[in-house]
Order: sequence, then structure tokens, then C-alpha cells
Amino acid sequence: MSINQKNIRNFCIIAHIDHGKSTLADRIIEKTGLLTSREMQAQVLDNMELERERGITIKSQAVRIVYKASDGEEYIFNLIDTPGHVDFNYEVSRSLAACDGAVLVVDAAQGVEAQTLANVYMALDHDLDVMPVINKIDLPSADPERVIDEIEDVIGIEANGAPLISAKNGINIEEVLEQIVTKIPAPKGDKDAPLKALIFDSIYDSYKGVIVFFRVMDGCVKAGTRVRMMATGAEANVVEVGYFGAGQFIPCDELSAGMVGYLTASIKNVKDTTVGDTITDADNPCDEALPGYKKVNSMVYCGMYPADGAKYPDLRDALEKLQLNDASLNFEPETSIALGFGFRCGFLGLLHLEIIQERLEREYNLDLVTTAPGVVYKVHKSNGEVIELTNPSNLPDPSEIDYMEEPIVKAEIMVTTEFIGPIMELCQERRGAYKGMEYIEGTRALLKYDLPLNEIIYDFFDALKSRSRGYASFDYEMKGYERSELVKLDILINREEVDALSFIVHAGTAYERGRKMCEKLKEEIPRQLFEIPIQAAIGSKVIARETVKAMRKDVLAKCYGGDITRKKKLLEKQKEGKKRMRQVGNVEIPQKAFMSVLKLDDK
Amino acid sequence: MSAGVYIHVPFCVSKCLYCDFISSCGSEKDMDKYQKALINEINQTEICGQADSIFFGGGTPSVYPVEHIAEIIEVLKQKDVISNNAEMTIEVNPGTVDMPKLKSYLDMGINRLSIGLQSADDTELKTLGRIHGYHEFLTTFENARRAGFGNINVDLMSAIPGQTVTSYENTLRKVMTLAPEHISAYSLIIEEETPFYKMYGETSDSKDEEKTGRMKLPSEEEEREMYYLTKRYLAENGYARYEISNYSKSGYECRHNIKYWSRNDYYGFGTAAASLVNNERYVNTEDRNYYIQENGNPHKIKKEQMKLTISEQMEEFMFLGLRKMNGVSYEKFKEYFHRDIDEIYKDVIDKEIKNGLLIKDEKKLRVYLSERGIDVSNMVMAEFLL
Repeated sequence: MSINQKNIRNFCIIAHIDHGKSTLADRIIEKTGLLTSREMQAQVLDNMELERERGITIKSQAVRIVYKASDGEEYIFNLIDTPGHVDFNYEVSRSLAACDGAVLVVDAAQGVEAQTLANVYMALDHDLDVMPVINKIDLPSADPERVIDEIEDVIGIEANGAPLISAKNGINIEEVLEQIVTKIPAPKGDKDAPLKALIFDSIYDSYKGVIVFFRVMDGCVKAGTRVRMMATGAEANVVEVGYFGAGQFIPCDELSAGMVGYLTASIKNVKDTTVGDTITDADNPCDEALPGYKKVNSMVYCGMYPADGAKYPDLRDALEKLQLNDASLNFEPETSIALGFGFRCGFLGLLHLEIIQERLEREYNLDLVTTAPGVVYKVHKSNGEVIELTNPSNLPDPSEIDYMEEPIVKAEIMVTTEFIGPIMELCQERRGAYKGMEYIEGTRALLKYDLPLNEIIYDFFDALKSRSRGYASFDYEMKGYERSELVKLDILINREEVDALSFIVHAGTAYERGRKMCEKLKEEIPRQLFEIPIQAAIGSKVIARETVKAMRKDVLAKCYGGDITRKKKLLEKQKEGKKRMRQVGNVEIPQKAFMSVLKLDDK
Repeated sequence: MSAGVYIHVPFCVSKCLYCDFISSCGSEKDMDKYQKALINEINQTEICGQADSIFFGGGTPSVYPVEHIAEIIEVLKQKDVISNNAEMTIEVNPGTVDMPKLKSYLDMGINRLSIGLQSADDTELKTLGRIHGYHEFLTTFENARRAGFGNINVDLMSAIPGQTVTSYENTLRKVMTLAPEHISAYSLIIEEETPFYKMYGETSDSKDEEKTGRMKLPSEEEEREMYYLTKRYLAENGYARYEISNYSKSGYECRHNIKYWSRNDYYGFGTAAASLVNNERYVNTEDRNYYIQENGNPHKIKKEQMKLTISEQMEEFMFLGLRKMNGVSYEKFKEYFHRDIDEIYKDVIDKEIKNGLLIKDEKKLRVYLSERGIDVSNMVMAEFLL
């Protein structure tokens, strides 16, 4: 079947979290007849176990579907799903680059939210045509008129003809499909020009090697084409090209300008195909590469160590594989006195960190010890040198430090007016600098704050939700670095500094944090043969102390009637518990204690 | 080595608040039904060789009809499994045995009495949910002596809610005047699924000493003091400690108990009874109705059955052996497993000697727990799991 470029629509769906993006994607796939209703698993595109469990979309996924429009013609839709969480803006940006238009889903009850704005701006940055859709119109609290006004006023795009739908109940989906045909432009691009294709994702398959996902901008590619990755210079002969069925790869003869698909070329090394690179024909290369993606900077760093030191190579392999289709993950080896060999890993945010951690544990069966996450600080030394500090233990001696800077984000918080007070209070507590407020539709406001990133990486999102009864939404972007009074808080267990527990904190909250950290560790560390002092210190000055008393007694109850099995089970439990401990000096520390700092704000 | 026989009597007048053993009240009819199943289980079980220890435990065996006890002994005799000078023990609770009952026990050949006193303080006894006061115990003890029992054990308990070091010392002093041959001294452990668990939560590991119960549990310091007091007091009165919680006058070590720690074979009959036969461990069902319904059929009533691997046997050899004050013998280990103990456990033993928890007697080639090691014996024993 030859496909006319004018009958192709490459688009994505963008939305604030929970506005129904994945559900709409499901309905579109269902309506176009690629799957019958019976075959539909809820949320077809979210095929990672983790995504389904958490109800969020982590990885961008693509699917090709065929739609017969009311004009009698068949259209090829390439639908690229995008994640909604603020951590994954980078992923969104990758998906957008492969599209020509975006369907913007807005909840008919909640209206425009912080991430709605952020996603639309990103789509407009990529020159996409944005087509609004009002979802959840069957909710009792739906107010589509108000939401249409909001979209036009706040975002400034035409929303009057927007389809009013319920993705959940399949209302008006046809209207969405028709508008995709009429409102989203067909791809441009010269089929006869030299090959130029953008890699937007890739995965590793143990049989086929690396499977590269791309959008063809110009030219065409088929089995046998010798391709070159323009940034890495790697070359390979294409074995197979194809497109994306729902959850499967469907081979085809060729992919030409405007099309979205995959290729395999027996590429073994995952590093050869970086996301954002341009694929061209090695024998007939294009003049210049596509702009690619902005390199993302990791915002949050933590140490990841295998619980079993022997698994270090396994952890490295797993991280490499994950990095292949998650370019925003980066890592480098590091050594901790307490935890041995591991990696300092960089993430987009805390959710990203948690997801990587869970994937390592589930998909790669690794047992991990993770240290407290932190941000990247700039340390200006007195000799003029500037260090980017990702691991607190590498902080130079204070005498060598002139001053330090910490990353600041521009945060936008959308909130109903009744919660403005509590949210402003929260931002003050987190050292926020008030930058302004705009009222939207009388009942809602957009609060603007500059906030230190290290104040929001732990639990800001949760705090925001709980103080606004779930009504606040939040988005942020990096603003830059600002000078700040920062200190390194060290934790000494049994008078030995435990490097993996050190963290950087604002001088004003150091005392409080140190005290809480000691209290937390006292709870986490079981009694041992001797008394264990736990101290928090800045430099040589101890600012807080707790003590784990020595274990006095640990004796089995009466072995009654000779029931040894039961007693042995108790001993086994004890031994099992010990396995999950890390020996630091002569103290055994449970692995989860290294994450203690995360839970300091538990109330 | 001769084997041991354990008979479980799962009946009590009422359940104590700290008890997690298998027992409950029962009518005479319940006991008759149980007896029938029990006799059948014994009859259908092949016992190799003779036993030099028979132990009636519970529950409260002294609430069980004397005729039933007699019948059980009769059946064992018919099977010719009781050796000539066997130690035959029955557990009794104060207030549940009178003179005629005690005399009957002696007539049947029972020669050792184990009396559950726990405390000589009536308030503490009430706290524990015991059915007797100290006075009833005194009567029972004196009756037992008069009837002719020359080997009596008294169970004592420390760390009872509301107990003080002074009251505990008082208990010890009172008991010493009676000069029993054997003392079992345990500290109260709050087990799950007991009323105490709801009232006090876990004691031993809990860092939160102020768990609000109805009565305050002794502090860790007080508890330790009681524990050391037991040791000192009993030593002064001529009792040697031969196992973590057991003390006796010379020659009165409980033969039955030692079988558990030395891994001799023992046959357990009745609900929840455990057996070790030929390195295979069994535990019977805890469900009395089921036990009766299956008429004690040995093929049906076993809840757990486990053939011990060599490693498991070694583990047991160590962690059970270490409960004995003279610990484990290098020679015995070699004799048993045809391998040197050091081949398996050198690292652990060296480490715990360094930690001061184990002591090695180079001359006798034995290794045993130090005083500190006894305090934290769980931790040491767990190290010996392979």
C-alpha cells in the first residue's frame, strides 16, 4: 500500500495529569478499529506494569492506526503518547518533535491547570498546531463554557469548536477524529531528498538488538539501507523497518518522509543510538543534522548501590539498558566508604528517581540501597575554581570555599482562591520568593514563586496537595543559580562519619534537620551490643545527638514441648533481618536508614 | 541414647493472660474424647527402644482425670517403652492437686513434679491471670513432700507487670526456704495472640518502654536486675545453672529438657506435640477437634513434617547445644557429623569469641556462651544458621 503524505497525521495528546489523556488515546485506538472493544485492555498505551499500577504514563509510546474519515479517505494516524508529570517534561519535548500537531485535553470541571499551560507552551515552541478537546463533560461539575473561555483567555488559542467529549464513556470521540483530519496538518518533507530522520526513542531487545524509534523528515529508509547516526557516527545496515501496532511491531517495506516507525540493524551497543540524533543514509547523506534535543540536565542526584556488592556489574548493565530509552537518566560510578561500589545517578525529579529505582528492582531484580537525593550545587572555591557538586561528600573543606550557589526554579502554582493563604505559607516555609499572582476567572489564581529546587524535590508536591485539598496544580522550570548560605550536615554513627548520610542543607534549617535526622535514625537502627551515639555535625560542631542504647537482652522464650521448628523460624527471621543491614565500622545499619532523610517531614 | 516421650494435655481450668500454648477449658466429655484419640495415637506409633523420660505437659495435666494418666502410662508399659529408672514428670498447678491425687501419681511411677508457681506475690499472680494464690502453692508443695515426691521443680517468672526487684527477691527467698530440687526461671515474654499482647505489646525488643498497659512493665534495668538476682541467689543456695533458664541441685538436672538441647530422639503425643525421630521433626495439629475427629491417627494429624538436612542438623546442634551452660563439644560434633566444627563454624566462633559472647575451653574442647552471650543468646544463635 503506498501512502500519500497528505493522508498522514502525526500527533500527540497533551494534558495536565489526570485530565484523561491516556483514556482518550485508548478510545481513539478503539474507534479506529485497530482493536475491538473486547481486546482493549484499559489504557493500551501504558504497557509498562509500573505505569498501569500508578496510572501514569512514563515512557512515550507510539501507535499507528488507520482511520476512514467522513470525506471517504483513509488516514494514517501516528499517535504518540506523552507523559504528564512535571518530572517528564523532557520526554514530552522528545515526543513533540516527532509530531505535527497536538490534541490538548482539558478537564471540563477543572479547567486549565499549571501543566496544561506548560505543555501548550512546549507544543507551541515546537511549532505544533494545538487542537483543544474538552473532556469529562458528563461530570456533574463540568462547565465546558467556562473552560472554553479559560482556554481562550489564559492560553490564547481558539477553542470554540472544540469537541466536548467523555473519553471514559466514549462520547463524541468521532468528532475528535474528524478534527484531527481537518485541524492537524499533514507532514511536509521531501520523499526524494536524502534521508533525514529524528530518533525519539529506542529500546533494547535481546534478539534484534537496539530497536530505534524515529520520525522520517525527508527521504526514505528500507531494509538494506546503510544508515549513519550523525552525532555518534555509528553505521549499520537496516535489517527491518516497520510501524507500531498496539503493543507490537509490524514490519513494512519502507518508511518515507512524514512517517513514524522503527528500524532494527543488529545494533548491539546502546550508546550508538542516542535519542535526538539524526539518522541519514550513509551512501547519500543529508547536509546537516536536525537540531535534536536540548541536552537535559539532571536536576536530582542520588547514590544507588547494590545491596549485594557482587551485583555491581548487574546494576551497571541495568542502568545502561534503562538509559537507552531514558536519555534523561545519567550515572557515573562512585565509591562510598559505607556502601561500597555504586553509582551517582542523575534524574529529572524525585518521581523519575522513584520510577527508575522501582524498575531496577522489578525488571532487573536488583536489591538497592539508595542515598538521600540532592540537587547540583555550585561551589565557588577561593582559588576561583567552580565545582558542580552532585555528591555532598565531595564538598571541599569550608576553608577552601568562597561561596556556594543552589539551583532555583520558577514555579507556577494554580490554586482556587480559598487556598491562596495556605499555599503562600507553604512557599514561604520553603524559602520561596514571591514573584506575583494573576487571577483567572475570578475563582482561581496563578501564584508565581521562585523556589530553591532542594526545597521542592522531597515532598513539596504532597504538601501542596494536602494543603489545598488536592486543588492546587504545579509546574516549574529551571531559573538558574543563586548564592545561598549552605552547609554540609554530616552524620556520625558511633563517632564515625557515614559518608552516605551526609547532605547539604540551608544554614537556617540545619539545626532542625539535624535533630530530626538523628531522631529518625534512632528509630531505624536496632540496638546492638554496645551503645551507639548518633550525631549530626556541621564541620566539627555537633548540633544534635541521640543514642541507641545497648541491647541488654535477646533471649528466646521457653522451648516448650520441644517445638524447635518454631524457635528456629524466629532465629531465621533474625538472621534475615541482619542480611538487610550494612556494616559501617562495627555498627550494622539497616538499608532503609539511608533513605531516612526523605521522611523527615512525616507528621 | 534413650528417647523421651512427651504427652500433651491441652486442658486448663482457665487460660492465663500471657499463655500462648495450646490449651483451653474442657468438660469431662471433651477429655474422654481426647483421651481416646491420644491412646490411639500412642498405640499406632512405633517407638524404637526405651524411653528414660516421660513428661506430661500442658495445659495443666493435673486437671486431667487421674485414670487417664494411669491409662497412658499403662499403654506405654504394655509397649515396653518405659525403661527401669525413667524420669517421669507431671506438670501441676497449685490448687488442682490434692493428697490422694499426688499419691496416685506416685503409685503410677511418676517421680518428678513440676509446679507452676510463677510468683509468690498474690497481686502478681492475679495480674498473670493465674487461678491460685501463694497459699495454694504452699499447700500443694507441702502435700507433695508429704506424699513422698523427692524431685520437685518450681517455675518462676520475672518481668511480670507490676513486679519490682524487691517483690521478685521476696519470691526467690520464699521459694528457697522450701528447697525444691529444680528451678525454672523465665522472664515473661509477651507473645502475640495473647491477651497480654493487646495490653502491653511486645516487650523485649520494644524501644518504647512506656507502652501504656494496665500495669507498668518492669523497666529494662529492673528486669536485668531480677535476672542477675536469680543467678546470684540460686548459686548461693546451691543451685547450678545448667541451661539458660534452668537451675538444679546436683544430680537433679531435668533429663527431659536435656534431650531437647542434646537432640536426642523424643516422641510427642497429643495436640501441638513435637517430635524428633531419626532426624525428622514432626509437629502435631493444634486443632483439638480435628485431632479427635481423626482419632489421633499418626498419618493424619501431623501438621508439619520435616526431614532435617545435614546442614539443618548442624545448625540445631549448635543453637540448641549453646543453650546448655557447658555448650557444645568439638568431639561430639565430629563424632556426629564426621567433620570438624571449625570446618563449618570457625569464622562465627572466632568472631563471637572476639565479641566476648562465646568462650572456648581449649582443654575440654568445648565452646559455650559467656555471661554477656547468654544475655543476647538469640543474636549469637542466629549466627549459626547456615
